[in-house]
Amino acid sequence: MLITCPYCGPRDVSEFTYQGDGNRQRPAPASQNLDAWNEYVYERLNPAGDHNEVWQHSGGCRSHLRVVRNTLTHEISSVAFARGHVAHRSPAKRGTKT
Amino acid sequence: MAEYSAFALIRNALNGNKDWKPAWRKPEPKASYDVIVIGGGGHGLSTAYYLAKEHGITNVAVLEKGWLGSGNVGRNTTAVRSNYLLPANTRFYEHSMKLWEGLSHDLNYNVMFSQRGCLNLAHTPAQLDDYARRGNAMRHQGVDAELMTPAEISRLIPAMDVSRDARFPVYGGLMQPRAGTARHDAVAWGYARAADRRGVDIVENCEVTGFLHEGKRIVGVTTTRGDIRAKKVAVTVAGSTGRVMQMAGIERLPIESHVLQAFVTESLKPFINTVVTFGMGHFYMSQSDKGGLIYGGDLDGYNSYAQRGNLPVVEEVMAEMLALFPSLAPARVLRSWGGVCDMTMDGSPIITTGPLPGMYLNCGWCYGGFKATPASGWCFAHTIAKDEPHELNAAFTLDRFHRGALIDEKGQGATPRLH
Repeated sequence: MLITCPYCGPRDVSEFTYQGDGNRQRPAPASQNLDAWNEYVYERLNPAGDHNEVWQHSGGCRSHLRVVRNTLTHEISSVAFARGHVAHRSPAKRGTKT
Repeated sequence: MAEYSAFALIRNALNGNKDWKPAWRKPEPKASYDVIVIGGGGHGLSTAYYLAKEHGITNVAVLEKGWLGSGNVGRNTTAVRSNYLLPANTRFYEHSMKLWEGLSHDLNYNVMFSQRGCLNLAHTPAQLDDYARRGNAMRHQGVDAELMTPAEISRLIPAMDVSRDARFPVYGGLMQPRAGTARHDAVAWGYARAADRRGVDIVENCEVTGFLHEGKRIVGVTTTRGDIRAKKVAVTVAGSTGRVMQMAGIERLPIESHVLQAFVTESLKPFINTVVTFGMGHFYMSQSDKGGLIYGGDLDGYNSYAQRGNLPVVEEVMAEMLALFPSLAPARVLRSWGGVCDMTMDGSPIITTGPLPGMYLNCGWCYGGFKATPASGWCFAHTIAKDEPHELNAAFTLDRFHRGALIDEKGQGATPRLH
């Protein structure tokens, strides 16, 4: 499996760290909505097909990436820097700072 | 007299093998059943068997989308053990072990259960302390466990490098002598035949395409072989749980599907006579009766339904094998394959009523489902028949995550790829 890092180009999957499901929405830190926290921590869409994911090019430029990958074929249809991603701003921001 | 016996073997040998019956019928699905079990793997078949045997419910169909046992029951590395730490797991897996010990007799089918032991190696003093703690916890709960010294390990497995010069020197290990291996295909076939003989319909090449509802209640399934109604619908589909539950309108579950690879070498002369696990990485190996070394390691580590993995894990598993057994460098790998595992958020399974009325769910076996096959079916059959869990599976609920009642054997938290 090759992931095409927008900065480094196509690289072997062993250079990357999987950071998990990119569909999760982290509630605001002060939120007391337990259902929303439960969904964020424990519940997964887990689709058979295209899956939004977060990867880090940890063995390369260390960018955090948003990847759309097919879980049936391992085919990757899009890779983008996580920092520009609007819908999931808070988790992505947290990731790039650390 | 049992259908399979030494006498039957002799009688058939003398009359040209004309008396053998097929191990299970190929029935057309009926229009309705008391219970439908979706998934003809080990857990589905054992569920059907124990429904018939323990609860007298024989109007049961097992629906399998492919051929019987084509999923994870034929893809695992065949290890059977009950060396857990947490009480809920220990009780459950020890019940499974006891069922394994009588299984060939119970099914009248030789599942080749071989109690050759399972040895977890410790490579640091702290790891050995941790295994001593686990061994004590096991013995407190009536499970067998023994700490072994490097000298004892060397006598048991002469091929292993237990010297101080090894890349990761062996400080000792935790042995469960009653653990071992079983022939996985025979487990599927044995349960199928035993369930069939008690009246269960095993319907292969029958893929469930949707659920029949009456209000919120599930009252049957639509399949590639027509609609089938049932009072109760049980789901035991291992790696396909997400896909099947989506058909019922359940969008999210505390599960991620991951691919786990396994490997077998060409047949070798007797090399190891136990199941051994490496403590400095994730690697486990045993030797089949045919002589092939069967081994595996970690998940590939990303969501996958593909039943095949990638090369980095292959390389890692081979490296770990050679760290432990340098002499295996010339051994040739015969096959490698992948299976899809339901990885839950705490590494423990789910056997429960619901989540919809009329439905029962058995899933989340991570990569430890094979050893659980007897107890999983036994507990699930009880849950279906009585509409409430048995005390052995009462902790394995779907809502335990919401309640904070996790059973996290490894303490990894909600990171499924690490369990």
